[in-house]
Amino acid sequence: MAPRQLSGYRRADGRVGVRNHVVALPVDDLSNAAVGGIASLVPGVIALPHAYGRLQFGEDLDLTFRTLIGTGANPNVAAAVVVGIEPNWTQRVVDGIAATGKPVVGLAIERHGDFATIAEGARHAARFMQDASELSRGPVDRAEIMLSIKCGESDTTSGLGANPTVSQVVDRHVAAGGTVLFGETTELTGGEHLIAARCIDDEVRKRFQGFFDGYLEMLEASGSDLLGSQPTQGNIAGGLSTIEEKALGNISKTGTVAVVDVLGPAVAPSRPGLNFMDSSSAAAELITLVAAAGAVVHLFPTGQGNIVGHPIVPVIKLTANPLTASTMAEHVDLDVSGLLQLEYSLGEAGERLMEVLDRTICGRLTAAEAIGHAEFVITKLYRSA
Amino acid sequence: MTPERSKPAGAGAIDFLAHKGGDHVAVAVRDVQPGPALVAWLDSPERCEIQVNDQIRFGHKVALAGLAEGDPVIEYGVAVAVTTGPVASGDLVHIHNVRSARWRHDS
Repeated sequence: MAPRQLSGYRRADGRVGVRNHVVALPVDDLSNAAVGGIASLVPGVIALPHAYGRLQFGEDLDLTFRTLIGTGANPNVAAAVVVGIEPNWTQRVVDGIAATGKPVVGLAIERHGDFATIAEGARHAARFMQDASELSRGPVDRAEIMLSIKCGESDTTSGLGANPTVSQVVDRHVAAGGTVLFGETTELTGGEHLIAARCIDDEVRKRFQGFFDGYLEMLEASGSDLLGSQPTQGNIAGGLSTIEEKALGNISKTGTVAVVDVLGPAVAPSRPGLNFMDSSSAAAELITLVAAAGAVVHLFPTGQGNIVGHPIVPVIKLTANPLTASTMAEHVDLDVSGLLQLEYSLGEAGERLMEVLDRTICGRLTAAEAIGHAEFVITKLYRSA
Repeated sequence: MTPERSKPAGAGAIDFLAHKGGDHVAVAVRDVQPGPALVAWLDSPERCEIQVNDQIRFGHKVALAGLAEGDPVIEYGVAVAVTTGPVASGDLVHIHNVRSARWRHDS
């Protein structure tokens, strides 16, 4: 089979997107109504409501800004209307997005009210939609596509089928010069030494271990027995016996390539190859973080059937559980349950996922996009002031 | 040690799938009753038949080798547990006879 010519949108900063969205991005919870108003007046505009952005401070505030700016800056976004309650933080988000060279405007609600803000925002958004409609896809190289991976609602079919299938694609994508992000600090527990061993050098390994140890310390300080509760009762009922076995299933989606760098949450990678990001294992939080770091397509293997999507990043879901594939078909992009009887090889399953990935890159909607699953969840590190 | 492997045993459906050659356990890909059962490997075309001693539900594991108390249990090519008592080839392997090597919890 001849390799497919991939197509995408090359943005002003040179990065490549696979979608061409105009977003209405609130800086804070108070501005959710205004961005919703803009999106309702201008069809096709994607509003990104979220719960935070007020009275945060320190590292937690930095992460919220990094997430908002990174989401607007993501190459799947053609242009952004940013709305905040007051002008200073709004401008900070606008400036961050504007650094990519893409069209962006900021509006503050104070001294104007929601109605005037919505009216002005809608005028900008409509013009952005028209301008974006003239941008066309062009040929792009696989190496320019940033992927991310995370599994969810895993069961033993994940470790046998869906995760190793993703692993095949990770190795191929990295071999082609591409970048892949993975995270889930929590879910590596018991197998973290295997990721540490795959770190490309001692410096990267030390930073990985730092993130992991920080997570364990946080657990200890909280007094909760998270490790003692792993694997969960549900995992045990499904056949998983130890936390190591659970971690191995998770790690079995990460390919065999080296971990070239270790990133803080929502930090954009600078090295091609497989990058680890310190992150929660909650599906929507992780996908929001990696999207803010620049990932434009996400691969999501599931066992029992996680249904997550993202507003600006296509999330491709695959399962090796035949019951999930048959009872939740509207959520599943690829059924690899034939692997359980070895009706085809892992390599062939990898080929099938590559095919789905390439078609998704070139514009085919994922199941989550088609049915409107669009979870956008900012990671909160600690309580606000 | 792992059982001696034979060539594919005909068109019989696979009962257990192991991740890697050398693994001590394989995962049931359907509910399996005691008696003869077919094991396949994800990383090779080989098959072998084993005698299963217990009822093993979909997603649960069977021992492909006899293990002594305290032995590491290899799956995915790495140790994922240690045994808490002797395990015979064909036995169900789960929390009643293995535990985490890294963390003990007495829940």
